Amino acid sequence: MAIVTTSKKACSVNPLKMSQPIGGSFAFMGLRGAMPLLHGSQGCTSFGLTLFVRHFKEAVPMQTTAMSEVATVLGGYENVEQAILNIYNRTKPEIIGINSTGVTETKGDDVEGFIRLIRQKHPHLEKFPLVYVATPDFKDAFQDGWEKTVARMVEVLVDPVEAAAVRDPARVNVLPGCHLTPGDLDELRTIFEDFGLKPAFLPDLAGSLDGHIPDEFTPTTIGGIGVDEIATMGQAAWTIAIGAQMQRAAEAMQKRAGVPFRLFERLCGLIPNDEFIAFLSEISGRPVPAKYRRQRGQLADAMLDAHFHIGGRKLAIGAEPDLLFDLSSMLHEMGAEVAVAVTTTVSPVLERVRTQEVLIGDLEDLEELAKARDCDLLITHSHGRQAASRLKIPFYRAGFPMFDRLCAGHQLSVGYRGTRDLIFDLANLVIADREANHQPTPDTWRTTDSGLQVVPPQLH
Amino acid sequence: MSSLSATIQDVFNEPGCGKNANKTEAERKKGCTKQLQPGGAAGGCAFDGAKIALQPFTDVAHLVHGPIACEGNSWDNRGSASSGSDLWRRSFTTDMNETDIVFGGEKRLYKAIKEVIDKYDPPAIFVYQTCVPAMIGDDINAVCKAAATKFGKPVIPVNSPGFVGPKNLGNKLAGEALLEHVIGTEEPDYTTPYDINIIGEYNLSGEFWQIKPLLDELGIRILSCISGDGKYRELAYSHRAKAAMMVCSKAMINVARKMEERYGIPYFEGSFYGIQDSSDSLREIARLLIERGAPAELMDRTEAVIAREEAKAWAAIERFKPRFKDKKVLLITGGVKSWSVVAALQEAGLEIVGTSVKKSTKEDKERIKELMGQDAHMIEDMTPREMYKMLKDARADIMLSGGKSQFVALKAAMPWLDINQERCHGYMGYIGMVKLMEEIEKALYNPMWAQLRKPAPWDDAGVNWQSKAMAQMDAQAAEIAADPVRAEEARRARKICFCKTVDLGTVEDAIAAHGLSTVDGVKEHTNASGGCGACKGRIEDVLAARSAPMLQAAE
Repeated sequence: MAIVTTSKKACSVNPLKMSQPIGGSFAFMGLRGAMPLLHGSQGCTSFGLTLFVRHFKEAVPMQTTAMSEVATVLGGYENVEQAILNIYNRTKPEIIGINSTGVTETKGDDVEGFIRLIRQKHPHLEKFPLVYVATPDFKDAFQDGWEKTVARMVEVLVDPVEAAAVRDPARVNVLPGCHLTPGDLDELRTIFEDFGLKPAFLPDLAGSLDGHIPDEFTPTTIGGIGVDEIATMGQAAWTIAIGAQMQRAAEAMQKRAGVPFRLFERLCGLIPNDEFIAFLSEISGRPVPAKYRRQRGQLADAMLDAHFHIGGRKLAIGAEPDLLFDLSSMLHEMGAEVAVAVTTTVSPVLERVRTQEVLIGDLEDLEELAKARDCDLLITHSHGRQAASRLKIPFYRAGFPMFDRLCAGHQLSVGYRGTRDLIFDLANLVIADREANHQPTPDTWRTTDSGLQVVPPQLH
Repeated sequence: MSSLSATIQDVFNEPGCGKNANKTEAERKKGCTKQLQPGGAAGGCAFDGAKIALQPFTDVAHLVHGPIACEGNSWDNRGSASSGSDLWRRSFTTDMNETDIVFGGEKRLYKAIKEVIDKYDPPAIFVYQTCVPAMIGDDINAVCKAAATKFGKPVIPVNSPGFVGPKNLGNKLAGEALLEHVIGTEEPDYTTPYDINIIGEYNLSGEFWQIKPLLDELGIRILSCISGDGKYRELAYSHRAKAAMMVCSKAMINVARKMEERYGIPYFEGSFYGIQDSSDSLREIARLLIERGAPAELMDRTEAVIAREEAKAWAAIERFKPRFKDKKVLLITGGVKSWSVVAALQEAGLEIVGTSVKKSTKEDKERIKELMGQDAHMIEDMTPREMYKMLKDARADIMLSGGKSQFVALKAAMPWLDINQERCHGYMGYIGMVKLMEEIEKALYNPMWAQLRKPAPWDDAGVNWQSKAMAQMDAQAAEIAADPVRAEEARRARKICFCKTVDLGTVEDAIAAHGLSTVDGVKEHTNASGGCGACKGRIEDVLAARSAPMLQAAE
């Protein structure tokens, strides 16, 4: 059981956290033909947009209500109206997803009211999907923005179904957390399909941000789940939520359409995947395909090979709660010691992270604690690169943003195969660091005064 | 201390600004208050601009007062280089929460300043104001003043809430903060007749170091670089420089001009992109220094260095010329780069099919005309779709642009090179020019492109996504042309002259009704082109478009 503490600092140094509105926009990017719209000043959108572009190396649709000083003070009705009309007329989206920001929340703009007015004034928008989520910057973090937005999508876009209605046993709703990459979603889709299930992902970033070259030239998202498909999600037999953050959306689905759900808090590691695969076998009534039996064997072998390198390592991890829980649990199971864990926002999983203390803090905290506790591997998003180079320890990039390496969209951590690859990557990092920085010399053992030194196990 | 609105007004009144010079007194008062278009706007806010302009000061702590979005989403996204302190790379923000919004964030800000001083002891702290604390009335000027008195350290307020305007305004607000609070507050240990300031240079990818060795060789001392690889103390005594070079007029003209006004430091606008420009700038620096009392022999030494470096660069570039024969470039960038890079590319024998002038001043455009001739294809505002078509129609072989439009090229399987803020290579001076050519050559001749352009074996070659996109575009244009109502709407929606709000329809109708063939004729009948004159090129385009079919008919 970890104790969760919050940093007492007034000044956040090298933030780990990113804002809630762009977490919301990120969720909208998993819908087909969507235009995420931030109700705020231009920078609110521009900064997020730059992050997404640098992370995915993709064209990313995102718009702003471009609040001016006067509009900010007087209220942004006209800006919201104009933004919606402009986007509607120019880019012909299938849905506009609106998130508020710190500016417009501080003013207290009633965007739900705005939308009602806009629909009255422009009858052609009466049925047009406009989903609004309140996501002030000054509260919560990226993951919360995603959580609230997906839950809201369910509440607004899913058609209600009687609890007793006949359901399609092959249909499964999948609600993935924001810590899963497009590559993770593709992996999961394959697994579901191998069991004869028809999964519908909400949101489906794999359709829009997996780097494929589009069939059509479009200013909105190029893939993802369609609004029409979301409407029928209530007819599915099961909802599978991945990551604790998706509990809220899964409950919303159950409330609205009576779909039972099962929450998998993590899908990285051997045991969680055993549970997951067994559950799929159960709901589909099919045996586990030979493919996954082989993959399980491979993962087991990978763990054997890698434990020489990962075992005993002291890790410092900085990540949003679900990703932190996912990675730290797997690495703990590999014999690593989670010496430092820093996160961005509260979550029920935090106290179950296998470490002494989880700190809600920044990358300065991560760096200082990692230094104080002599960690030898740093795991966080790309902003941790400076800390890692100052600490002179190997650095594994995980989470968002990952702007200084390629492949962010395809990094895999779910399933037997994803876990296997992740383990190899981490182990290889440790090996490379040793070769580059810790080669023994005739003096390596001479400077200590404790007499006999044991050769580190990895050198055997 | 002046209020934010007074500062903004002051910035708008900038006499050095090309746009302002053509305005009446009344128009100037209104400032550049062009309303940004909700749902159709792009680019950063004033805070973004202020941060970009000041962040390259390397030993300063940059503290952002606001909720997490402003700094959490934006930090560590530009690669200036430092020869000393790396404090600028650390990010500091008050990360305001709900309680701060309700009760005010001033106390948190004060405590944050204290923490930063306790932990990092920087020579100064720059405190950036963002939208939310500005709205709730946090007085950062007062907090900074109190903290400065208490801790005995300069704490500089940078009033730049995002909603006051675009990035460019933020650049200038940053400059105002320097002028008001920093420049002239300290004295250098000694001065020389060879002291210059470089203004508006950010040392991205360390590229200014491609030039600095030449200045060192000439004995010219950079007293202060504002702001690339800059240090606080150097900035504070920069008023003792003998002359200044302004690298980016759009960002920092107010700093250069006011330093001339207050301290008598003459400046010129120059560029180190391109061989000719680099030489011109070196000459100009020498000339100004000599004017201010440096020995005349400086010019001879400068000419010697220029001759040597140019010869070396030309020799190095010569080998690219056959590789670049008949190769065409589409340049999508803005401001000073739209002409300085044009010069550079032409030097290597590349043909430039178009350059974007979206963010360029009237002077920038004049320079482009000087370089590319009167028929220069200047692109005012191009949609990604249009850029794509341009590449696809093989009117260009490579696109040079910033990171955000790269996918237009890459998804069209066309070579692309980053020449904006996130680039990894320095392209400055004589060495940088050769480096740019190397990178262009690598991109153009990568064998990967040929493979990427081939359809998959199972695909029908005629119906790939590219051809679909083109068909979609043509269909849309045809649809608009066929529908008289929509065609009329489109004609009326497209503004030609922004000062006098004259649309395309009005101009075309006037041309047809009066048989006009010159810009002056159009001006007489429509009121267009009476303001800043920037629309002259657009009117010429309209005239050319109308006469082309007639010429064909005549043949």
